[in-house]
Amino acid sequence: MAQRREEVVDALRERLRQIERGGRPRAGVLPFGLAALDGHLPDGGLALGALHEVGGAGEGSDDGALPALFIAGLLARRPGIVLWCLPPAHPGGTTTPHAPLFAPGIAQAGLHPDRVIYVEAEEEAVRLAAMEEGLGHGGLAGVVGELPRLAMTAGRRLQLAAEATASLAFVLLRAKPALMDKEITRPTAATTRWRIAPLPSPAVLDTPAAPGQPGIGLARARWRVELLRCRGAEPQVWEMEACDAQGRLALPAALADGPAAAAARIRRALTG
Amino acid sequence: MLSWREGSSRLLYAVDEAARRLGLKPGLTLAHARARVPGLVVAEADPAGDAAALKTLALWAHRHYSPVVQVDGSDGLWIEVTGAAHLKQGEEALVQDLIGRLSARRLSAHVALAATPGAAHALARYGGRRWLVLPPDQGALGRALAPLPLPALRLAPETITGLHRLGLASIGALEAAPRAPMALRFGASIAERLDQAHGRRDEPLTPVLPRESIQAALPLAEPVLTAEALATLITRLVEDLCRGLEKRALGARRLDLLLTRVDGSLQALRIGTARSVRDTGHLTRLMVRQIEQIEPGFGIEQARLVASLAEPLQASQQQGLAGEMVAGKADLSPLIDRLANRPGIRRLYRLAPVESEVPERSLARLPALAAPTEESWPAALPRPARLLPRPEPVETMALLPDQPPVFFSWRGKRRRVKRADGPERIFGEWWLDDAEWFAVRDYFCVEDEEGRRFWLFRNGDGADEATGSMRWFLHGFFS
Repeated sequence: MAQRREEVVDALRERLRQIERGGRPRAGVLPFGLAALDGHLPDGGLALGALHEVGGAGEGSDDGALPALFIAGLLARRPGIVLWCLPPAHPGGTTTPHAPLFAPGIAQAGLHPDRVIYVEAEEEAVRLAAMEEGLGHGGLAGVVGELPRLAMTAGRRLQLAAEATASLAFVLLRAKPALMDKEITRPTAATTRWRIAPLPSPAVLDTPAAPGQPGIGLARARWRVELLRCRGAEPQVWEMEACDAQGRLALPAALADGPAAAAARIRRALTG
Repeated sequence: MLSWREGSSRLLYAVDEAARRLGLKPGLTLAHARARVPGLVVAEADPAGDAAALKTLALWAHRHYSPVVQVDGSDGLWIEVTGAAHLKQGEEALVQDLIGRLSARRLSAHVALAATPGAAHALARYGGRRWLVLPPDQGALGRALAPLPLPALRLAPETITGLHRLGLASIGALEAAPRAPMALRFGASIAERLDQAHGRRDEPLTPVLPRESIQAALPLAEPVLTAEALATLITRLVEDLCRGLEKRALGARRLDLLLTRVDGSLQALRIGTARSVRDTGHLTRLMVRQIEQIEPGFGIEQARLVASLAEPLQASQQQGLAGEMVAGKADLSPLIDRLANRPGIRRLYRLAPVESEVPERSLARLPALAAPTEESWPAALPRPARLLPRPEPVETMALLPDQPPVFFSWRGKRRRVKRADGPERIFGEWWLDDAEWFAVRDYFCVEDEEGRRFWLFRNGDGADEATGSMRWFLHGFFS
């Protein structure tokens, strides 16, 4: 009986999603390849034919290095060309340097330079239009736009354009920390919204050359990957190891056996 | 130095830079010049040859810059860049590109970009600058013209002498003087030239056209005004043109739409494509998107579409295949064309590795549709996702000369370095540039207390002052 009930609920859920998609068949998903993430997301991965919003946290949110790597890592595992719409390195009128994307760094998240076409435009509206143009093509691996904000209408247009051609769209939010906190909490038309923040390396690894000196050697970076909003899934936070050269995230080694095992290890260590 | 004969005396016609520095000017008698500078090298002037060369240059400018190019007198060209500048990523970029290409052909040029042909003529010759781009507002135009001398207005020499006698020496003074007495004394030419320079009166250009270019023209029974009517017009012209292209088995790389308004002035639009195209749908769409740039005024009475650059079609671009999957890959060229022709887009490119150790020089731009290079940067050397356009100096405290700093302050915030990796030593490429401002950089990846990772370097090897200033810089962000 309980079994049947679950089946019925699943069927209803699927029907609801189909209505949400306007009757179009499911565009499929891009799995992270990690049970912890894929299991949490509806359909087992990041929805294709959808817009995803990714922002940073803290003082680095202006530069948006982590969101860029997060997105590059995801697109690394899709075939085809990526259209990356970004502001010029020296926007007219301002003197504050605006750290531009550094392709060798992006390549280290698995996105080969041959696969990225860059579009530089000063005005946000032009970048949005270029993104829509790219989504309309339908044959791209994905379209990325670096924007200081995403208004509801603009987001809705991108989401619709992505749905129409089953393309993958990312908005990379770049804003000063105070503005970012505001931008990332307001309503969005995107299917999912993510916030990526750096985490300090575990203290156990600190082996300074001399007292007071910095520790030597950097392990794989750690990120706090936060799903802030997702249709059909609860918000969630994961601690992750950064993208490798193939763009794959990983669970930190200490947690690889699952949080329960880690907790048990810590308890054992404490009780001795 | 060139001379020519006028009446009974030989006059200097043109002088080179060295002669100019010796104080010689065109118009001086040759005898006078010889007396001042012995040992002059003089050749006979060839005005006809010069005119032919200028015409060739006009056609070259037509190919590279704009559908509307007109020869201006004996020493200049007018290039109408409205509707064409976006293909060169903006007006300033276009002007610099023009100067660069001309100097590569050993031609020195003075370039001015202004709202009217008259003002551009005046500013290029008397503006006193190698190049300038005037902002489009009327005030700037007036201010820029006011201090220029009278010959800048293209007036007859007698008129100028007469005006000088009246104590008028600049365009600003002439502009302020009462009109009616001037017209009475010197004719209408002064008012006409003033109005043309200030944009109060239109001065239509008559474009040079390369012979044998494929074109389509439509006589219009009634002036066309609305965007919809223009779109229909464009569709018909494109269809016509594509038939012409088909006969010669060509595709268009560049299309110019020339529209003559009822008032006689010319509106032009140019689109470019990454590969030769003969797909009417694609070409029409590219053109129609630019309609809003056309100012129809009281209506368009003549329309002409010219394929100013046509090339054989590439195999994958044959009609019918465009837009379909070619060799397993979606054809990107229609997308790239649409983006390249969209105003506001500064650049469109791919990046590829370049053999250089210096990080900011390790990449080069390629055209968006260039063949894949199959090359990437070495995976073993950590590189940040964001690189500052210019390394920013940071205050540091490092306990040992060749160790990473314990603290660093950047933009007013002091950060404690918890962990660090490095150094990666990079040698400056002094052989590329005498002014290479460093010999050695030692790069470190450092992590602060919050886990944020930065890319720092020390200018110098930490021991020998000759290798650099030993100052620390922030260059990029890993997170």
